[in-house]
Parts: sequence; structure tokens; C-alpha cells
Amino acid sequence: MVDSRQYRKPSAGIHPPYFYPSYVSSVKRAPMRPLIVIPQTLSEMTGPVFGHSDIGATDADLTNSGGGEPLGQRIIVSGRVLDENARPVRQALIEVWQANAAGRYLHKGDQHDAPLDPNFTGCGRALTDEHGRYRFVTIKPGAYPWRNHRNAWRPMHIHFSLFGAGLLTRLVTQMYFPGDPLLTFDPIFQSIPDEAGRARLISAFDWETTIPEQALGYKFDLVLRGREAIPMEN
Amino acid sequence: MTLPVTGSQTVGPYFRIGMAPLFREDLASEGVAGERVTIQGRVLDGETAPIPDATLEIWQADARGRYFGTEFAPETGFRGFGRVPTNERGEFRFTTIKPGSVAGPSDSVQAPHLVVLVFMRGLLRHLVTRIYFADEAANQSDPILKLVPAERRHTLLAKRENAGAATFTWNLRLQGDDETVFFDL
Repeated sequence: MVDSRQYRKPSAGIHPPYFYPSYVSSVKRAPMRPLIVIPQTLSEMTGPVFGHSDIGATDADLTNSGGGEPLGQRIIVSGRVLDENARPVRQALIEVWQANAAGRYLHKGDQHDAPLDPNFTGCGRALTDEHGRYRFVTIKPGAYPWRNHRNAWRPMHIHFSLFGAGLLTRLVTQMYFPGDPLLTFDPIFQSIPDEAGRARLISAFDWETTIPEQALGYKFDLVLRGREAIPMEN
Repeated sequence: MTLPVTGSQTVGPYFRIGMAPLFREDLASEGVAGERVTIQGRVLDGETAPIPDATLEIWQADARGRYFGTEFAPETGFRGFGRVPTNERGEFRFTTIKPGSVAGPSDSVQAPHLVVLVFMRGLLRHLVTRIYFADEAANQSDPILKLVPAERRHTLLAKRENAGAATFTWNLRLQGDDETVFFDL
């Protein structure tokens, strides 16, 4: 039997608008016409399923991608992936990518005059466990300049891409760090209308996961769309 | 208890670093049954400039209309997932098998289609659209196409390059007169 319960619609203020002029790249790329509302069908309620064969044993350790130790503050980023009904999302594939400690991405498009680190690619992948938990070992990314406006700097962040139970739970977001003074001035972070929603994109420093003599812990929980309690009559 | 959903943020310009491991431009290996098709096109912005830093994710059923991960999953191992970046000219291209019809709402039947998720710098949240096949008779009764104003439906139709060819063209336009139809789900 196919589960026909619909996924909840995100409430207003949770996601950024498409057209957000202070983020200049959105001006020519945001659709101008209203999106067309359609029912959720089998095509969107299903989605790609990933397993352990899709990732490598060391993919969740970004400090282990080159020959030696990357430069920077070693950190543990961990948390849980839940749905709106507070149920763990199991076997969710998480892809992360980030700049190195100097604020430079290993990408031909990044021309920022900061050094590349031969021991850091900035790419990680993990699957959540049966409690929805995930854990990455990495280094704290640096802030970096971009050309959105004069003297624009992106706050420190790690990109997160998640596949949950189906296409409708797909989420790409960014995790930020507590106390970063650049957050106030960043149009991408500020594009989330809801203040509490913005706050949820900021990880929390965490003693529990901090490892003595080794790495600082940051907690970051994510919530994907969940289904309504009651099946909707078609 | 319900928890608030985590907000979306753009993939930014450097998504290849994290998303390249899942780039898949050939969705169907040789043993997979069905009509082999190539779908190609360009992604264009509001000034019809090609977008070199977009990526499309494709999700589709097999030739008999079965989705991977369901109890009716294809036995062939066909997963139905692709992830396709655009090149410096804004072009993308992938090969697959034409999906079959799948169940729609209220006992309706959906015409063969692929769901497409669109990611790029400048999109704070991904977009959702669909590719249908222009020469498919079942489009006439498709329950989703019916919800799209007639004058915009062509933006969802991939056109066969020439009669009998297995190559279809479908362009994605973010703005302008032929702005692609995007869905709110």
C-alpha cells in the first residue's frame, strides 16, 4: 500500500523568497511568475534511496581527504535529521562542502587570493543512522569575500545537501557558526524571513561532542518536511 | 508535536565540490528495458544568457511506470535518479529510458514524465518542474498538465529533434515570455 498522506506545506517565512534583490544573483534567476500549485503525486512522494554502497568509509572525515592533516581548527559537526513529526530520518544521504580554513574553495571559479590547502578538498558525505544521527570531522571554514556588493564577505558556513524519504523532503541549506559578526550583513542568511528560522541555521558550540586535546564540537540539527497525520481524500 | 522545517539556502557557485560524486548523466545501464532517449537543452537566465553553474536532478519511473524504492520497484536495478550539471555554454545532456505512465490523483494516469529539481547560485531555494514528451498522446489527459495554462504548457514539453530520432530538446528558462513552469508542492 502506498502511503498517500500528503507532506505538510512549509509555513510562511520558513524559506527565502526566490526574488531577493539584495542577493544580486537572484535578480536574473528568480522565476517571475507564480509557481503553479499541483497535488503531490507518486512522482514527488517517491525519491532516490541511498545506502552504504553509495559512500566510502572515510567520506565523513574531511580531514582525511589528502595526504596529511589540513590546516585550521579541527571540529566535529554532528546532529540529527528529523522530520516535522519529530521522527528520525534514517539513511538520509548528507553531502557537505566548504571552504578551507583560509576561506578558499577548491574550485576553478574561486579566485580569492587566499591559499589552497593541498590536504583539504572540502567534500564530505554521510548517511544518518537509525536515530537520524550524523557526524562529520572537518576544520572550521574561513570567511571569504564575494562580489555581491562593496566589501561583501560571506560568514563562515558549511553547505548541506540532504535527501530524505522522497523528493519533497529534498533540502539544500547552509550551516553557520555562533557569534559570527558577518551574519548580520549577509544577504543569503538574511533572506530567511523568520528570525527563529535564521537562528536555526546557526550551529551551537557543544561540550558533549568536543574531544579533549583534539577537536571542538558543534551541534546542528536539521528538520525535513513530514507527512500530515491524516490521509487526504483524492 | 511538529517541528519547524529547516530553511533553504542556495547551493552557491561551488556546489561541484560536494555534489560531483553523484553526477550521473546516464541513468539507465544497458540491461534496462525501454526506449533509449537523450534529453538535451540549455538553462537560460532573464536575459537569455546561458547559465554555466546550474545543476539539474532528474527523477523518473522505469518504462513500466515503476519507481525505485517502492514495493513495485523495477527488478533491473534501474534507479531513476540523475544529477546533471550545465557546462560553460549553459548546456546539459543526459541519456535514459523513456518512463512509462504512472498513477496520478483520483485514479487518473499521468503521462510519461520526469521530475526535475533545479539548483544554482542565485536560487535561494530549488525549483521543481517536469519534462513531458511533446509527441506523447497521453499528454492530453495528464492531470498535472491540465492545471497549467494552455499557453505555458509548451515549456514542459521536450521536442524530438526529428522524426524517429531518440534525441529530445528541452530548454529551461528562468524568466521571460517563455519562462518555464515551476511547481508549488
